[in-house]
Amino acid sequence: MLKLNSKIPSGELSQKWTNHKSTLKLVSPNNRSKIEIIVIGTGLSGGSTCASLAELGYKVKVFCYQDSPRRAHSVAAQGGINASKNYKGDNDSVYQLFYDTIKGGDYRSREANVYRLAEISSNIIDQCVAQGVPFARDYAGYLENRSFGGTKVSRTFYAKGQTGQQLLLGCYSAMSRQIGKGRIKMYNRHEMLDLVVIEGAARGIIARNLISGEIERHTAHAVIIASGGYGNVFFLSTNAMGANASAIWKVHKKGGFFANPCYTQIHPTCIPVHGNYQSKLTLMSESLRNDGRIWVPKKIEDAISIRNGTKSPEDLLEEEKDYYLERRYPSFGNLVPRDVASRAAKERCDKGLGIENNEEKEGVFLDFSYSIKQYGIEKANELGIKNPTFVEIKKLGESVMESKYGNLFHMYEKITNKNPYKNPMKIYPAVHYTMGGLWVDYNLMSSIKGCYVIGEANFSDHGANRLGASALMQGLADGYFILPYTIADYLSQYVVHKKNISTKHIEFDNSEKNVKDRIKRFLHNNGDFSVDFFHKELGKIMWKYVGMSRNHKGLSESIERIQELRDEFWKNIYVPGKKNDGFNSELEKAERVADFLELGELIAMDALNRKESCGSHFREEYQTKEGEALRDDIHYKYISVWEYQKEKLLSEEIMHKENLSFNFVKLQSRSYK
Amino acid sequence: MKKGLLNFTLKIWRQKNNKEKGKFKTYRINNISPDSSFLEMLDVLNNKILYSKKEYPISFDHDCREGICGMCSLYINGRAHGPDNLVTTCQLHMRRFHDEETIYIEPWRAKPFPVIKDLVVDRSSFDRIIISGGFISVNTFGKTVDGNMIPIPKEDADKAFDAATCIGCGACVAVCKNRSAMLFVSAKVSQFSFLPQGQIERKNRVLNMVKKMDEEGFGSCTNTKSCEIECPKGISTEYISLLNKEYIFSLT
Repeated sequence: MLKLNSKIPSGELSQKWTNHKSTLKLVSPNNRSKIEIIVIGTGLSGGSTCASLAELGYKVKVFCYQDSPRRAHSVAAQGGINASKNYKGDNDSVYQLFYDTIKGGDYRSREANVYRLAEISSNIIDQCVAQGVPFARDYAGYLENRSFGGTKVSRTFYAKGQTGQQLLLGCYSAMSRQIGKGRIKMYNRHEMLDLVVIEGAARGIIARNLISGEIERHTAHAVIIASGGYGNVFFLSTNAMGANASAIWKVHKKGGFFANPCYTQIHPTCIPVHGNYQSKLTLMSESLRNDGRIWVPKKIEDAISIRNGTKSPEDLLEEEKDYYLERRYPSFGNLVPRDVASRAAKERCDKGLGIENNEEKEGVFLDFSYSIKQYGIEKANELGIKNPTFVEIKKLGESVMESKYGNLFHMYEKITNKNPYKNPMKIYPAVHYTMGGLWVDYNLMSSIKGCYVIGEANFSDHGANRLGASALMQGLADGYFILPYTIADYLSQYVVHKKNISTKHIEFDNSEKNVKDRIKRFLHNNGDFSVDFFHKELGKIMWKYVGMSRNHKGLSESIERIQELRDEFWKNIYVPGKKNDGFNSELEKAERVADFLELGELIAMDALNRKESCGSHFREEYQTKEGEALRDDIHYKYISVWEYQKEKLLSEEIMHKENLSFNFVKLQSRSYK
Repeated sequence: MKKGLLNFTLKIWRQKNNKEKGKFKTYRINNISPDSSFLEMLDVLNNKILYSKKEYPISFDHDCREGICGMCSLYINGRAHGPDNLVTTCQLHMRRFHDEETIYIEPWRAKPFPVIKDLVVDRSSFDRIIISGGFISVNTFGKTVDGNMIPIPKEDADKAFDAATCIGCGACVAVCKNRSAMLFVSAKVSQFSFLPQGQIERKNRVLNMVKKMDEEGFGSCTNTKSCEIECPKGISTEYISLLNKEYIFSLT
C-alpha cells in the first residue's frame, strides 16, 4: 500500500510556508526556457499559473475547450474574494481568516494549507489592483469591502457582482502579455483526453482539436491540471455547460488519487427550477444575503395560496412570515454558511412551506424590502430631505440597491420576468462547487510525479464546505504564488538529467490508441438514446440520493442505479458523426458524460463510507436533535483518498486515509446559533 | 399544462465548415414554454434532429448560460443577441416571441470572425488584439504596493469598471455595417486610461491595439452607434470618442 506523504512542513503554523520555501530547490533562469509545462484550463488558477510560470521563463502550453481563455467559468463568480486586510478595523487578521475557513470547512481541511491561503490572501488583492482590476472603491478612493456567510468581519473585496470576471480578465491579460512574447502557446478549442505517464511521471497529454477533430500528442516536463470542478455530474448545476471532469478523471485512472469526492457544495441562493427542459441553474450571489432577509410563510395554507398565485408575498402580515434563519441562528442570521442555509431551506420546503409553483414545490423568498427602506431613510437624511414620503424613500433605497447589485437584479428579472425591486426574489439551493478533487501534497503535486493540480480541481483547502469568496482566493493563491515556487523543486531534476521526451514513446502510442478506440466506439454504436438523456438520468439519481441529504439506503441504491445506467449508456448511446468530421458537440458531450457516469459512483461510494455529517455532507442518520450536522471526529477525522485499480471495477477502488491533525485550533462542534 | 405553449418556424443558417457554402434551412418547433431560454429552445430542436438521425444537430456556441462568459452569439431576426436590449442570447427567453412567429437565426457575419460550422464563428482575432497590448505590464509575484496605497477616485473607479464589463462577445462587430471593433477596443483602452496603474503604457497601448485591430481586418467607426444598442453590457460609445482622443494624443 502506498503511503500518502502530504509533505506538510514542521514548525509553527505561521512559519511553515516561509520555512518551506527556503528549502525548495530552484531552476536557474537560463535553464527555464528549456523546460516545457502543460496547463489544462484557463480559469483563475490555470490563467494565473500560466502568467506566472511564463514570466519566470518557462515554456508553457495551455489548453482550454472554450474559444478563448477569457471564457473560463471563473468568469461567472459574482460576489467577491476574501483577504485579511483589516481595512475596516473590525479586528480581522490572518489568523481570523484562517480560523473562519477551518471552521467553515467543518474541520475537514488541512491546517497548514488553509493557513498558507490566509497568509497569501493580502498579496492577491495588491497584485490584482496593480493589474488594473477595478475593485469597488469608496468616495475617499480606498478599497471597499462587504461581508459574506460564515464570518463576522467585512473582508470581501468585490467588483459589483462581477468579481470573477474582473479577476479572470486580470489574469487573462497577464497571460496575453506572455502569449505576445511567445512564452505561452495557447491551444483554444482543445480538450485533454488522456494523461501520458512514463516511468511513473506525467510526461504529456493526448488532446483533441475540437475544430478539426484531430488527436494530438503533446509532451512536457510537468502537467498542471486546472480544469475546475465536477458539479455537472448532477446535470443541473450552476456550472457552465461545458465544465467537465474528464481531465481529473483521466488523471485518476492513470494513478492520481481522488480525495473527498462526496463534498459537493449546494449553494443556497439560486433561481429555482422551472421546467423539465431546463439546461442550467443560475446563481444569485451570496452577497445578496447581506441585504436580503430569507423567509417562508408560517402557515402551510399561505404557502399554498402563494404557490397558486391567489396570494402575493406582500399580502402577508409581518407575524405571518417565518424568518427561519434568523430564528434558528440568531447570531449569524441570514449570513450562516452556505451548507447551513441550504439545509434550512430544504427543511422548510420538505415541510410543505415552499413558495415556488414548480414540480417539487421548492423555493423560499429572499426579500430586499427592509434594506430598501433602511437605505432610503439613510439617503434621505444624507441629502437633507425632511419628512420624505414612502415613495421617495423607496426610490432612494432602490438606487442604493442598484449601485450594489444592479447587474444581479437585472439578470434575475431577465430570467424570471419578475422585478426584484418590487417583489421578493425566489431562490432555492443548487449544486455549485465541488470541494473534493484530486489529492495533492503541500506542494500541490498529485500522487503522480510531475502532475500538479490547482484550484477547484484539487481537494486541499476547503474541507467539507467552502465559505463564500474563498474559491477565487484559492485559485489565485495556487496559481500566482504557490505553484511557481513548488514546481521548481520538481523541475530542477531535469536540469541535471536533461532527459528529452519524445511523442514516439510507446506510452503515447497506447494512450492515443485508447482515445481513438473510445471515439470509434461512440461513433459506431448507433443506439437509441442521446447523450443528454443519460446525463439527465444521472443527474436525477445524484440529486435525489447524493444531494443535499443522504442516507445508507439511498446511497446503496444510487450506486446500483448508476452502474445500470452506465451499462445502458455503453449499449444504447447514439452519437452522430464520422471520425473525420471535425466539430462535433455530441461527441464532446459523450466523452464528458461517460466520465461523469464513473465519477458519480465514486461520489456515492465516498458518501456511503463517511458515516457522519460534516459540512456539505449530511447523512440523515447522523444529526443532532435540532437537525444540525453531527460530526464524528473519533472515526472520521480523515481525508478519504481513493485509488483506482487498473482493469478492475470502480466498486473495487481502494480507500486510503490521510489523518488530519489539528494542532493550532481546537476542534469544536460548529455552531452558528 | 399545455396553456401558453408556443410554436415557431425557424430559418437557421447551416454551414458544414469554413470551406463550403452555407444556406438557410427551415425547421418547425412546437410546444415551447415561454419560460424557456432561446438556447433551451435550440436544445429541444437539436434533440428532435438527433433522434431523427437524418442530419447533424445544429452547432452553436454557448457555455455559462448566465450572460457573462460571452461565448454565445447568434444573430436573431436581424439583431445581435436577439430583440432585447442588454442581454446575451443565453438570457433571451421565448416569452419575448409570439406564437407562430418565424425566427431567423444566423451566425455573426464579419470577415474577421470566420464561420467554423453552422452558427459557430472564430473570434480569436479579439484575443490577438488583447495580446497586442490590452494589459498592464506588471509581473505577478505579489511584490507590489498595498492596494490602498493607490487610492482611485470613486468616479474613476466606476468608469473603469463600466468599461471593464465588456464580455468580448463580438455583438458590436456583428451589428456594425463596417465590421468595426472600436467598441471592444475602446472599452479596454478606457478601462486602463482611467486608472493610475495604466498611465505608463498609455500611449503604446492604444497605438498597438489600434494597429492590430486594423491588421485583423476590422473596419472603422462611422458613428452609427448600433454597437451601443446591441451591446449586452450597455458599453457606451462615449468610450469610442475617448479611444479616438487617446489615439490622437498618442500620435503626438
